[in-house]
Amino acid sequence: MMRRANLLAGALLSGLFVLAALASFLWTPHDVTQIAVPMKLRPPSAEHWFGTDQLGRDIFSMVMVGARISIAVAIVAVGLGMIAGVPLGLAAAARRGGWLDELIMRGNDLVFAFPAILVAILITAVFGPGAVNAILAIGIFNIPVFARLTRGAALGLWTREFCMAARVAGKGAARISVEHILPNIASLLIVQGTIQFSLGILAEAGLAYVGLGAQPPTPSWGRMLAEAQTLTAIAPHIAIFPGLAIVAMVLGLNLLGDGLRDLLDPRLSRVAA
Amino acid sequence: MRPPLRAMVLAGALALTAGMANAQSSVRIGMQLEPPGLDPTAGAAQAIDSVVYGNIFQGLTRFTETGAVVPALAESWTISDDGRTYVFKLREGVTFSDGTTLDAGDVVFSFTRAVAPDSQNAQKGLFAQIEKVEATGPLEVTITLKQPQGSFLFNMAWGDASIVAPESAATNATNPVGTGPYVLKDWIKGDRIILTARDDFWGEKPAITEATFQFISDPTAAFAAMMAEDIDAFIGYPAPENIPQFQADPRFQVLIGNTEGETILAINNRQPPLDDVRVREAIAHAIDRKAVIEGAYYGYGTPIGTHFAPHNPAYVDLTHLSAYDPERSRQLLAEAGYPQGFTTTLKLPPPSYARRGGEIIAAQLAAVGIKVEITNLEWAQWLDEVFKQRNYGLTIVSHTEPFDIGIYGRTDYYFNYDSPEFRAIMAELDATSDPEKRKALLARAQEHIARDYVNAYLFQLPLLTVARKGLKGLWANAPAAATILAELSWE
Amino acid sequence: MLRYSLTRLASLTASLLVASLVIFLVLEVVPGDPAAFMLGLEADPETVAALRRALGLDAPAPVRYLDWLGGMLRGEFGLSYTYKVPVAELIADRLWISLPLALYALALSTLIAFPAGIVAAARRGGPADLAVMGTTQLGIAIPNFWFAMILVLIFAIKLRLFSAGGFPGWGDPLAAMKALTLPAIALALPQASILARIMRSSLIETLQEDYIRTARAKGLTPAQALWRHALRNALIPVLTIIGMQFSFLIAGAIIIENVFFLPGLGRLVFQAITQRDLMVVKNVAMLLVLAITLVTFAVDLAYAAVDPRLRRR
Repeated sequence: MMRRANLLAGALLSGLFVLAALASFLWTPHDVTQIAVPMKLRPPSAEHWFGTDQLGRDIFSMVMVGARISIAVAIVAVGLGMIAGVPLGLAAAARRGGWLDELIMRGNDLVFAFPAILVAILITAVFGPGAVNAILAIGIFNIPVFARLTRGAALGLWTREFCMAARVAGKGAARISVEHILPNIASLLIVQGTIQFSLGILAEAGLAYVGLGAQPPTPSWGRMLAEAQTLTAIAPHIAIFPGLAIVAMVLGLNLLGDGLRDLLDPRLSRVAA
Repeated sequence: MRPPLRAMVLAGALALTAGMANAQSSVRIGMQLEPPGLDPTAGAAQAIDSVVYGNIFQGLTRFTETGAVVPALAESWTISDDGRTYVFKLREGVTFSDGTTLDAGDVVFSFTRAVAPDSQNAQKGLFAQIEKVEATGPLEVTITLKQPQGSFLFNMAWGDASIVAPESAATNATNPVGTGPYVLKDWIKGDRIILTARDDFWGEKPAITEATFQFISDPTAAFAAMMAEDIDAFIGYPAPENIPQFQADPRFQVLIGNTEGETILAINNRQPPLDDVRVREAIAHAIDRKAVIEGAYYGYGTPIGTHFAPHNPAYVDLTHLSAYDPERSRQLLAEAGYPQGFTTTLKLPPPSYARRGGEIIAAQLAAVGIKVEITNLEWAQWLDEVFKQRNYGLTIVSHTEPFDIGIYGRTDYYFNYDSPEFRAIMAELDATSDPEKRKALLARAQEHIARDYVNAYLFQLPLLTVARKGLKGLWANAPAAATILAELSWE
Repeated sequence: MLRYSLTRLASLTASLLVASLVIFLVLEVVPGDPAAFMLGLEADPETVAALRRALGLDAPAPVRYLDWLGGMLRGEFGLSYTYKVPVAELIADRLWISLPLALYALALSTLIAFPAGIVAAARRGGPADLAVMGTTQLGIAIPNFWFAMILVLIFAIKLRLFSAGGFPGWGDPLAAMKALTLPAIALALPQASILARIMRSSLIETLQEDYIRTARAKGLTPAQALWRHALRNALIPVLTIIGMQFSFLIAGAIIIENVFFLPGLGRLVFQAITQRDLMVVKNVAMLLVLAITLVTFAVDLAYAAVDPRLRRR
């Protein structure tokens, strides 16, 4: 019962943001690039549901448009991690114990040894700020996550009968990985992908907050919070709404991830409801 | 174990002295930026001068609050008729905080060091006209210039022209030894610097015997620290939006003054289409300064129409040359061959006036058809991309050095502006010492760059100071970065 | 076990070497010259060149890399470009804020997570479990810097119970702890949520093991089984996570230290990057990498000691 509730609530919540992001291409209550300094820092009202920011822009509209960047950065970064990480994990599992396996796993350890935020700051220092570099910074840390997960799951499958049979039939390691192993770990990857997606949203907000991320005038949740920080004393609403948006979006994705896991992998759900 | 122990002992001692000594003799001052070192002759950071200028280090001359130049270590001076020879008579009995006595040799050493090939002086240009420095008596220094320089005494008042002693010059960054009334007591890196009055000071003893500079870069923390009265004064208060709250609170006084910071939308004069004066004029007319000042600095800040401080007597108000007129702007763009506008870059350094102002200006330029791509940069990146490589179209920055119109004569400067006429005016100015003639020349210089629309001139950066009531002697204006502790007192 | 430890140690050394090379190379290509940054807008190129020489930036890159490695092995970390004091001294000073902050946050998160996790596991499916699961779900979703801002807004600005930032020094330990309280809470919240969930699932898993069933069969009540047997075994994965979290807390404090303006290690490295004090950046980065690598190493060894199968990985 609870599983269904998780899945439903998660799907609804994250779906809401995806819808808002899509809708923002067609319509927002106000133009987010329209600066009206005399209207700055107005509290929420019928005209501006979330109030206005330090330059008089409509925060509700900015949160809608901000969802776009958050979702886009997180999806591309996680996609990048999957595209690079899954083949690495499959290869490592196929060459278990060999030098390739060792190399890939030590490479993973190396990436994990760097504090993520430090790497992100260094990437900005080298390449300058921008959405693409944020994707890069988040993507890099997704590679070892998927590589490790894939390797672990694939190792178990290699000893199963259908893999043995395929090997006896003369199929190569690469073909077995793609034809037999990948389909069997797909659900695992989807679940992990959802969780990474939510972590990606959090990471994007954090990076934008420290100045790495989409550049103005493109609204971004993290940057809105950074700009709001000096103003919390006189206009708390400009710090509250973008933050709530992040929380709701991440919460939605986490619930969705849990729900999906329960649905796709009943063995796991025995433990983590 | 050393650091916490040291910190504890120190803090304990501090708490004790604060409790015992007359509470009215110490002051806690908030500032946004921490100086990287404490040697004013080796570093450009204004924060260095904010702590040490006039407190630890002194020069031959010094600035007053109004920007006037008065004697400091030099008691008096004579200038030869050709304006090339300055004879300074040094004050007698001046000692450095290590006990050594100031003599002409120290002055010769200081300036020789500043112009040496391996000099690390960030303002080497101040000394560019010096031909030779000689000690012509134990307390007499004769300086010969290559050619007359009207601003020489002014130059000598900069923190970068402080007099240092040969014995201590190399270690002044961490262990400053100067002639001023205060010495460094402790420096907790990343947090605060404590200065204490010298027992052996050669001049009049100051009322404030101990001063703590607390570095709070975050505006929210600055607000909270001030509200809680954890600090007595915040000089250069970073959040103009809070000013009305302090003004309404009887516990505080608010000083609104000017800095030497001309805040400008700098234009790359060599990058097409910005190399066309009509395009630059179009940009100038597209900007509504009032909205920029309101949005970027909550209405504090005087509009400027040229690169000159409005509180300077030689200032000419030229804002009418670049009045807000989007219609005229479109017309000029059409004349220049860009009826549909064009696209350029706008690179913004970290200060909030640049970031907020940048977004407003981007919107204003968009209204006349000029599309700008904004990039927010850290200072180091800005220095590299904009200042060094000149890889930019537009940028917003405040030029905070006093009296810096001379940069328009530097063809290697990041504006990429090259005007022989302007350089001729500046050369004439340098050779003129008659005040009225200088004023006329300065007016010509101001108008020249305003009519060339080298940059779009926005506003003079204000200096906001919030302090507890009863603290007297704070400078409302900052002709140079300085916190003159000896002028402070509690009533 | 020894053979396993030695191979792991060798690969650890190798990855540290690679990490140092990566850090060095990244800082080589970082645009922005430390000397130019220190001298500002008016400096002439000659002065900048003189300062570069004085800072030792004019030597060829391989020489500087080897110098740096050699220095680190001797325990010398060089002079900070900006502060002109030994980097080791700066790091030591800052550690006295970052380390207590991390420990404080860790203690808080453990104190919250353990009871919450145990209660949730013991009353699985009940209202307490639901409450814990719901709260922790929310805790994971809240960005810690935003949580920090909200804490400042409520406790520093509205209620004026805490200061919004800064650190008074350890002279007054009580005031120091007070200054670290909001930052520690902000750091601890997501960690506590993760820990509580792991505690819960680990306990539930252990409770289903055969020996617990045996213990139950021998007449122990569920509570007795939980306290006497399950808890000890369930703690293994939890302690691992705590180990991992500790290194994360040291590094992860970068943002929080900036929000609260605490002069800790994270703030130091953040400031050093913007000021291009590359001497500080590379040493602090290396220190963080070393800390994380050592913790991982220790965790791996501990696991291997418990579970011999892992040694053959």
